[in-house]
Amino acid sequence: MSSDQPFITDESQVVTETRDARMTGQGDRFNSRLREAFGSSPFILTKFDKFLNWCRGSSMFMLQFGIACCSIEMMHTYAVKHDLDRFGSGVPRASPRQADVMIVPGTIVSKFAPRMKRVYDQMPEPKFVVGMGSCTISGGPFQEGYNVIKGAEEVIPIDIHVPGCPPRPEALVYGVVKLQERVANGEAAPVTVKPYELEEFSDLERDELVDKLADQIDDDELVMRYNFADSP
Amino acid sequence: MSLERPDRVDDDAVERTPDELEALLGDLVVDRDDHLNAPGFVIRPDTVQETLRTLKEQAGYDHLSVVSAQEYENRYESIYHLKKYDDPTQEVSIVVPADKDDPVSESAEPVFRTADWHEREAYDLIGIEYDDHPDLRRILLPETWQGHPLSMDYDKDRPQIATLPEHANPLEDHHKDAESDTMFLNIGPHHPATHGVLHLKTVLDGEQVADVEPDIGYLHRSEEQMAQSGTYRHQIMPYPDRWDYISAGLLNEWAYARAAEDLADIEVPEYAQVIRTMGAEMCRIAAHMLALATFALDINGDFTATFMYAINDRERVQNLLEDLTGQRLMFNYFRLGGVVWDLPEPREEFFSKTRDFLDQPPESVEEYHNLITSNEVFQMRTIDTGILPPEVAKNYGATGPVARGSGVDYDLRRDDPYGYYDELDWDVVTEDGGDNFSRLLVRMREVEESAKIIEQCVDLLEDWPEDERNIQANVPRTLRPDDDTEIYRAVEGAKGELGIYIRADGTDKPARFKIRSPCFSNLQTLPEMANGEYIPDVIAALGSLDVVLGEVDR
Ligand code: SF4
Repeated sequence: MSSDQPFITDESQVVTETRDARMTGQGDRFNSRLREAFGSSPFILTKFDKFLNWCRGSSMFMLQFGIACCSIEMMHTYAVKHDLDRFGSGVPRASPRQADVMIVPGTIVSKFAPRMKRVYDQMPEPKFVVGMGSCTISGGPFQEGYNVIKGAEEVIPIDIHVPGCPPRPEALVYGVVKLQERVANGEAAPVTVKPYELEEFSDLERDELVDKLADQIDDDELVMRYNFADSP
Repeated sequence: MSLERPDRVDDDAVERTPDELEALLGDLVVDRDDHLNAPGFVIRPDTVQETLRTLKEQAGYDHLSVVSAQEYENRYESIYHLKKYDDPTQEVSIVVPADKDDPVSESAEPVFRTADWHEREAYDLIGIEYDDHPDLRRILLPETWQGHPLSMDYDKDRPQIATLPEHANPLEDHHKDAESDTMFLNIGPHHPATHGVLHLKTVLDGEQVADVEPDIGYLHRSEEQMAQSGTYRHQIMPYPDRWDYISAGLLNEWAYARAAEDLADIEVPEYAQVIRTMGAEMCRIAAHMLALATFALDINGDFTATFMYAINDRERVQNLLEDLTGQRLMFNYFRLGGVVWDLPEPREEFFSKTRDFLDQPPESVEEYHNLITSNEVFQMRTIDTGILPPEVAKNYGATGPVARGSGVDYDLRRDDPYGYYDELDWDVVTEDGGDNFSRLLVRMREVEESAKIIEQCVDLLEDWPEDERNIQANVPRTLRPDDDTEIYRAVEGAKGELGIYIRADGTDKPARFKIRSPCFSNLQTLPEMANGEYIPDVIAALGSLDVVLGEVDR
């Protein structure tokens, strides 16, 4: 500006509806189309649980959790092109304590299963699990491996299985949307005792193996015992 | 080359014949056991250090690629595969038999630092003990594991117990005494910055890292056992895709293909080699893009801009790869003797799609430089942090962008040519900084080189005579390489030297299949870079190493 005139806003150019509405206390900024559709009554009648489940299913926080190859496709599902966020469940949380859904993307081996169980335990209820890929169903291509847990369901309850090796991002999106539907309907996999649980070492039934390890492991240390002979 | 060592003996790079080597080693050699790729000398288990030191210091074999161990009916055996960084075609194998009842052999760790982890792995999986080893513990399996899974009498059905020791209180008394006031910090195995399931046991002194120890094995999927129970012809090929799963599938498949083809003496048609080269470089672009994306994620800590840009570019490459192979990630496209099918029809469309993709790098690279490398915060975090001097890198057997970022000019595509690389015009990228920034720059520049290679391949493929489009050699339905032939062959994977050692026993399945994973060796350098630095620098160093746990643990 060349002149020494102060800067003056041209009021006629400024859109002021929102401001005016606020100043007069008549704003309808919070009024949704949906609300209008209900007509004159500002109330709706529904069951509390139903409403809450609908809320839950419509906004889920995912645990940012990568294990193996499937997590690469999982990242693609979060990112551009597939953009899981479109369906209201695309916010990865790094901490299990802030997450509702855990996608288990990969092979679970003996050393990792106790950690995965721990991470699952740290998530607040209600929590849900999507098993991604053949590995979480049965061990997948590594089922014969000496060190591989034959499916995530041996350790934690799974709500939705997405088959594939790896499943395409589209398949994962489908799985997550199915989970949302289930959650909205109030369904979840029952929490039952799993073949492999974390327990204190002293609680294990004593046998040859336990005796052998007794001087290596403290009594109150958490352990997981694998009975590979009985796995599927 | 800028990496001439001052202490270099002049005749280092001079190739010696096997007989000259034998003369050099003199009495140390008790027998010969030649492999297809190299002369092999059998030595006594208590002369390992002496032998390796002689070869390293007097004959210039400064790269211990891998230690592969195995059990025979009547003995145990560790093989040290040695090479030269200056000329990896000069190889020699040192074969160390150990007693069947009491398998003990001298550790090579004092000569090559990299032997530390390799020998721990051999102890863990096979059960050979190494005298003089600084820290012989299990590395891949839980410490409470019973038995050695790749030994002969292992019973895979026996029950096992794994512990969860990480819930120990970090402020427990024993971390505090009169002299020190340190804190123990677990990073991982579930942590976004560890790129998978890696566990770093870190001891902090204030905000500085006093000690960091990578704890691996959280993704040890028994890959070697899987390969040993598959037949050469078809059953092994799907597994390499799952070692380095960052879309580097074709590069891994090539490692197996190269070893098995040389083992069974299969000649691959040129046309197939060009397709392989093109596909492999596409994979390299995809892999480096993810490295860049996650590195930016670690440093800038946002789940947005750079990450999305890089993933977007990956999607483009993956589309091309999907057109070519039929899959987005686990391609299973190579076959012994060629590739499984020809380029997708209509070919013109595929070519023009590929060219569209190639036309776009200059701009996008510019974009990445604006986003990352010229970002001041980014530079502060990465320049002069996580320094890895070239000598240390070599001692640890580092390869790939990690070695090239430290100025070690080593790239198997050029130094030990395979495929169609030696017919094409491209450059090996090196940077001399040795810091986090250099490693990133190497990857970014390699993407451009890969684009160059792909472009030349497309040119070649377009003009290839119609009646010479031979995609597969004639390979017998069942392959049974001769009994007791052994080979070690490596290719330049996305992360470095990816090698396979195979021992055939006359059946249609390998008797021993050992994977030399570049990430395994690269990850071992982390303490060298991180000790004494701040904790954010550890994260940066780890990100710039670009390890993928599927390949570290196998
Ligand atoms: S299902 Fe396949 S892609 Fe997924 S983790 Fe298992 S092996 Fe990898």
